[in-house]
Amino acid sequence: MSAVMKARAMDHQQQPVQLAQPVQLAELLRGFMPFAVMCLALGIAPLVLSPYHTVMLVPIVAYGVALLGMNVLFGYTGLLSFGHAMFLAIGAYATAVATRYGILSFECIVLIAAAAGGVFSLLIGALCVRFTHIFFGVLTLAFGMLVHSFLFKFYEVTGGDQGMRVLRPTLLGIEWDMSATQFLSGPFFYYCLALYLLIGVIVFRVVRSPLGLHLRAIRDNENKARYLGVRVYRLRLFAFVLSGVLASVAGAILSISTGLADPELAYWPQSGNLIFMLILGGATTFAGPGLGALIFVVLHETLASYTHYWRFMLGATLVFLVLLLPDGLLGTLARRLPKRAERKAP
Amino acid sequence: MQYMNLIMAGLFQAAVLFLVACGLQLIFGVQKIVNLACGSFYALGAFFAITVVGLLQSLELPMVLLLPVLVLSGLVIGLAGAPLELLLRPIYRRDPSYQLLMTFGLVLMFQDVFRFFWGPVPRSMDSTLYTIYGSLELSGFRVPVYNLLVIAASLLIALALGQFLKHSRLGRIVRATAENRNITEAMGVNSAKVFTLVFALGCALGTVGGALVIPTSAASMTMAAELVVDAFAVVIIGGLGSMAGAMAGAIVVGLMRAIAVAYMPEVEILAIYLVVVAVLLFRPAGLFGRSTA
Repeated sequence: MSAVMKARAMDHQQQPVQLAQPVQLAELLRGFMPFAVMCLALGIAPLVLSPYHTVMLVPIVAYGVALLGMNVLFGYTGLLSFGHAMFLAIGAYATAVATRYGILSFECIVLIAAAAGGVFSLLIGALCVRFTHIFFGVLTLAFGMLVHSFLFKFYEVTGGDQGMRVLRPTLLGIEWDMSATQFLSGPFFYYCLALYLLIGVIVFRVVRSPLGLHLRAIRDNENKARYLGVRVYRLRLFAFVLSGVLASVAGAILSISTGLADPELAYWPQSGNLIFMLILGGATTFAGPGLGALIFVVLHETLASYTHYWRFMLGATLVFLVLLLPDGLLGTLARRLPKRAERKAP
Repeated sequence: MQYMNLIMAGLFQAAVLFLVACGLQLIFGVQKIVNLACGSFYALGAFFAITVVGLLQSLELPMVLLLPVLVLSGLVIGLAGAPLELLLRPIYRRDPSYQLLMTFGLVLMFQDVFRFFWGPVPRSMDSTLYTIYGSLELSGFRVPVYNLLVIAASLLIALALGQFLKHSRLGRIVRATAENRNITEAMGVNSAKVFTLVFALGCALGTVGGALVIPTSAASMTMAAELVVDAFAVVIIGGLGSMAGAMAGAIVVGLMRAIAVAYMPEVEILAIYLVVVAVLLFRPAGLFGRSTA
């Protein structure tokens, strides 16, 4: 496009009448609204679904929490971690240790998991965020493997491939005397959903604050951001720690839903799954990753119930996504819908 | 003499790892893609080799042919990389994270291809074949000749690859493409073809590695994901994109693994990855890498 045409196109955009509506729609799709709708839908779902299927929703919420953090790290700061599954495992093992020593209050467990994730992500992040792009990805992968191999091999401490048992926690100080399915599909699910919503609101405030703008500036042009006075290293570290803490909280939820903390949580294909969900929904949007988790889990469960070859289908979906919808579902929607509306408008 | 055994075991692993890492380096060097599916090609080579050797046995061909047959079957199935390269074409100029994702998608798909053709149970070939070449005895320590042959074959392949890249016309074109794709295209090179060739070659190195390891261990569904862990360690220790680095890294990882397995099996991967982290922190480009890579 020549400079003249570009200028003309910009003139065209400045006519407010035509574009006011579509821009709002795109902003709406990228913003908080779809997230709220999704939480609402998840809240209503147990009324329609059987308890068995409701238990399936717990991982969606857990991955959703982890992905809120990973989205800050990748979508907003531009760092793709290929080892984030290690924080899921750290959260899960923190939970297992906590319940073993008699700490059964879920509030305390979440705090302990978050603290454990925070300490580890601070240490690991301080080393990793010095690098970007492929080196960051590979370094996080390396740390992920360190964690996995520690959990897998040190049988006396971690239970090796057997993992560690996680006991049922109390919620708000109340003990729930019911079957596992009832517990997970009832009080635990709603508790986690509320937690998800709360964390979502906090993260949304963060990414819409000046701090979030700084993060995006780092993603788009590191040097320019540094020149303008953005503290690149510190903010990258902040994004890493935030994502580590949230992934650990997610790990705590996951481990309670399965009653087990096992080393497979830290294995690198698990990190790949997390990124899959992130891209599936759209890392350029706020609610996209949560949607990705929803679709991933449902797709996974449905395919796995029909065929042994669900991995092939998932892999093919991923290849398809990368080729045709690199912005993810919500991202593509936010890009396409306004254009369509624009075409219809005149 | 116990040390000698350890060293030989380590070098055998290093020889196989070197082949896979070489493929990884070649693909990264030219196409700038980190191929997570390298482990899957390794497993593909292993599974395919089992089938081929089984076929050979049913035809009652002389088993002295084992090694050449393994190498050949690896090379043949490695050609499967060529059509897969078509999938990568649209994403070369995109963010590297999408390339990682694409190859991760391939990893998932391959997993089920193995399950479909070879079943979920680990498969191994007739274990008598491992000793077909006998073993060498030297003042108290024994080493199967097969291991020595694999080490030799690996060195030979490395040498051939080096000669090809350095001195042949096509090799020079490959290196030029790695250096600067746009200028090379301006000179009239069809870089799309070069990429296909390089990807197939890189994959073939992986499949040959997988085929060669088969007489000593079973082919299983988990071997792909496990090898990625090792191959990445090799490549990072050696430095991304460097062939000499691949060799150094493979020897470090192979020996460390052999020693760890003998004395402290718990720290096997832990020790290797501690070295990886140390290398990344103090020499991020790796032992032989270029600092700007």
